[in-house]
Amino acid sequence: MVHISEIGEIFREEYGRSVAVLVRVLGSIEAAEDAVQDAFTEAVVRWPDAGLPPSPAGWIITTARNRAIDRIRRDASGREKLAQAVLLHGDQHGGDHANGPEGIEADAVEDERLRLIFTCCHPALNRAAQVALTLKLLGGLGTAEIAHAFLVPEPTMAQRLVRAKGKIRDANIPYRVPSGAELPERLKSVLAVVYLIFNEGYAASSGSGLVREDLCHEALRLGRLTTELMPDEPEAQGLLALMLLLDARRAARTASDGGLVLLADQDRSLWDRNEIAEGQVLVRQCLKRNQPGPYQLQAAINAVHGDAAKAADTDWHQILALYGQLLAMEPTPVVALNRAVALAEVEGPAAGLAAVDALELGNYYLFHAVRADLLRRLGRAEEAATAYRAARERTNNNAERDFLEGRIRALTTTGPGPEAQTSDDQPGR
Amino acid sequence: MPRYLLSIYQPDGPVPEPEVLNKIMADLDVLNQEMRDAGAWVFTGGLHPASTSTVVRVNDGVVLTTDGPFTEAKEHVGGLWVIEASDLDAALGWGRKAAQATTLPIEVRPFAGYRD
Repeated sequence: MVHISEIGEIFREEYGRSVAVLVRVLGSIEAAEDAVQDAFTEAVVRWPDAGLPPSPAGWIITTARNRAIDRIRRDASGREKLAQAVLLHGDQHGGDHANGPEGIEADAVEDERLRLIFTCCHPALNRAAQVALTLKLLGGLGTAEIAHAFLVPEPTMAQRLVRAKGKIRDANIPYRVPSGAELPERLKSVLAVVYLIFNEGYAASSGSGLVREDLCHEALRLGRLTTELMPDEPEAQGLLALMLLLDARRAARTASDGGLVLLADQDRSLWDRNEIAEGQVLVRQCLKRNQPGPYQLQAAINAVHGDAAKAADTDWHQILALYGQLLAMEPTPVVALNRAVALAEVEGPAAGLAAVDALELGNYYLFHAVRADLLRRLGRAEEAATAYRAARERTNNNAERDFLEGRIRALTTTGPGPEAQTSDDQPGR
Repeated sequence: MPRYLLSIYQPDGPVPEPEVLNKIMADLDVLNQEMRDAGAWVFTGGLHPASTSTVVRVNDGVVLTTDGPFTEAKEHVGGLWVIEASDLDAALGWGRKAAQATTLPIEVRPFAGYRD
């Protein structure tokens, strides 16, 4: 007996794979999605009695392909187009996928997924559209789920997806892995989309906790996919490592009352040791390759945190050196702010404050929060309270606001506390 | 073969200095030849400033003619190409070259009805 929930899981796992193959065969995302939907509808009817086929993915792809042919046969105007598409496809691959599941080679399927992810993240599409398409086509998320995750009304998200698919079709955005010269820029776009999905889940700015965790989970899945598809791209590995190392701390990051817990105050026994270990292995592989990039460096920084059994054991010298490298590669004020936090740990809060005050980041709440903390540690309570207030005015996140309120209260009633504070927030990209 | 419109976004205002303009014209000649050699070129043309345009409208059979461009934007289409390209990436490649030659932003937009 096959349970419906099991088919649901297969749907999630195999949707992206199946759509990717069908897009290639049919030359249209809409037709591919319809066909895969048809195939799963048929699976829901058949599998509970007949049992799972030996290769559910192969069954879905073959069935979807047949249903697509049925659909287009009914639509006489499209008949010729499909005939051409199927012929062309057969020519290119020198084989016929209609032979059955065993006729579909795993490598060919992976190639299709790689093509599709580059199409979804094509620079001619805006970032919101890239994110939505990637989650829909490769992640197999429903429109309602994506809308919910990004706090957008469902019709808005549906429209965003329709517009993006329409542009891919009408402007002829190709299904192609970019060639050598284009690849680095295009890969950046793919990785940025995956990291944005992760951050949307990790930042927990609002919305229900479950949906947010789901986004982290989905980003990790996409991260694994990109490393599988592009094993020779160290930045893809770096991103996966970074997400694993951050995700490992997720449970320790929120207190039972929903409040934010800073890295220094986290209960490290709550950290996910498996994720840390996996992330650290990836970081070591990256180090061996010696082709550092921003994601790899951020992963390395978080791997150092992962090594420290308690906050006081943190190797800040190493973190400072890594931020120095990152700053050379990405000379942004936000990276400089994070480096200043590390500098304060190594050389003291006065050195950190001097570095912070040199930055032009007045609109960024973390700038004020970091400044406030350094002032507090220097015993300049009044200035610290003013800076905390400036930070509070610049964040919409309730957990962060509550945290800042707490700091202000502590300063205005009992004076500065002795404990150290470090930011757990990642530099924005 | 898909066709694309490449339009040049030209800010209103004075024409560039002669030496700047000469360089642009020379670069455009090179680009147009390259497009022809590649079989991508369909049509190209530069336009007089938007101040020379006239808009004609018909409302309930009444013709209304107005002086000046349709919109009050600060930039207008200054010239255009029609090109053939196998897909958007190829069209964007020509768009990039056009932006380099003109030193102006180029809008790349697909024509309807030229897919196959």
